[in-house]
Amino acid sequence: MRNPPSESASSNGFALLIKNKLHHALSEIGDAFRLLAETIFQIFRPPLQFDLLMKQLLFIGFNSLAVVLVSGFFTGMVLGVQGYVQLKPYAVEGSVAQFVSVSVVKELGPMITAFVLSGRIGASITAELSTMKVTEQIDALEVMGTNPVKYLVVPRFLACSFMLPTLTIFSTFAGIFGGYVAVVSLFGFNGDFYILQVQNNLYVGSVLISLIKATSFGMAIAAVGCYKGFSISTAGGAEGVGTATTGSAVISLITILVLDFVLNHILFNILGMI
Amino acid sequence: MISIKNVRKTFGEKKVLNGFDLEIPRGETLVIMGRSGCGKSVLLKIIAGLLAVDTGEVWINGTEITKLKKKPLNQIRRKIGMLFQSAALFDSMSVAENIAFMLDQHTDLSQQEMRKIVDEKLKLVDLHGVQELRPAQLSGGMRKRVGLARALAFNPEIILYDEPTTGLDPVTCTEINELIRDLNQKLQVTSVVVTHDMHSAFSVGTLMVMLHEGRPLAYGTPEALINEENPVLQQFILFGAPDQILNINNPTLKTFTGRETQ
Repeated sequence: MRNPPSESASSNGFALLIKNKLHHALSEIGDAFRLLAETIFQIFRPPLQFDLLMKQLLFIGFNSLAVVLVSGFFTGMVLGVQGYVQLKPYAVEGSVAQFVSVSVVKELGPMITAFVLSGRIGASITAELSTMKVTEQIDALEVMGTNPVKYLVVPRFLACSFMLPTLTIFSTFAGIFGGYVAVVSLFGFNGDFYILQVQNNLYVGSVLISLIKATSFGMAIAAVGCYKGFSISTAGGAEGVGTATTGSAVISLITILVLDFVLNHILFNILGMI
Repeated sequence: MISIKNVRKTFGEKKVLNGFDLEIPRGETLVIMGRSGCGKSVLLKIIAGLLAVDTGEVWINGTEITKLKKKPLNQIRRKIGMLFQSAALFDSMSVAENIAFMLDQHTDLSQQEMRKIVDEKLKLVDLHGVQELRPAQLSGGMRKRVGLARALAFNPEIILYDEPTTGLDPVTCTEINELIRDLNQKLQVTSVVVTHDMHSAFSVGTLMVMLHEGRPLAYGTPEALINEENPVLQQFILFGAPDQILNINNPTLKTFTGRETQ
């Protein structure tokens, strides 16, 4: 008859499990940063393949425009309705345009765009690269003397870094317009006053914050998407592709949230931007 | 031409290659055989520079490649063509774009010149009129042929074949084997073929090595291997080799029950 495991044995097992998980997580983070460093190094190594970059810009930018505009528009509408309803009891509902524009420009514009793109583009990058990995296409690239990081990662990284701020501008305008439509049509708010308030509360610094955040989110989405695509083992098969794709979407979202907090702290608290 | 010296490779606890030595002379077609998971494909990927060794050396045309940086390694790789088990064609590109990929990446050839080379290589593998098709529109055998045409595009000195007949029907297998043999005779390249298909091995190989427990169990010409009195090797050959190969008076082969060799 076997003795039941002692308490210290089970706590040792638990400690070992935590240690292994931590070790695995740290080694993954290390590998991801190594890939990021190699990507940045390869960006500055000529030649830059413009045809590949254009293809990614088109895929990431143009094909995501509609969904980004719709998301931005409805976010702005929700903010307009919520803002008006919350501010009215204090008789400051006239500030609803300021509430909408500041929220959308500084926070929700880049954030919503990043969320949409992490699901749409980040997951798609991982699915494409991991499929290439399991079907040995990445090995084939290497055997043919082509650096896979330069050929596959660099165009996606640059396109995401450039397209996320560009799409954020569209999403921000859509958000402000959504707020306008909501408060003017539902609450009879004065449209001219809304526009004037938006103009008075939009600063270059705010737009700069928005673009810095969006660019950082774009880099994070591409880096996570490419890393998860590359890190799958060749033997992973279809199941591995599915797991990598789901993992990529989840990690992207968490990275965006953490990065947003870090950037808010640096930009507002340390650098004192408004 | 290719020299492998005391190569060791482990994956976690598993020792895949355990002090492996091998010489592949220029112009020969070496078949690497062994049971599934014995490290054949690992060895091929080490020769192609896709996997790093734990210890040991791999020499190709007088250059030790295991310690090379990416740029000089890529120069060596341009002399190597590889046919992957799944053909590994780029599914976002047409057949012509797949074959012209290396030329597009590493030369300044015009589109017309590349098209001419693509047609030439497709003719070598006996395919016509498939230039604009996508890999998904091809059969398994055609994909292997296109993979081979792509491997030949840069006029390699070495061709590596990873399980070239796996997943193909017997007729297509025979065609692929004939194609490999013909190409090696026509182009005078050095070839390394990884397979556990004994029909394919005896059909294309001029030299053979049996990989067992991380080391070469036997190495030599096909005739020498058939006459080798090693039970592990003979069991492997007996269960897979074509009948005409087995009609040899080898006492070790005869000791296995269930199949008469005379």
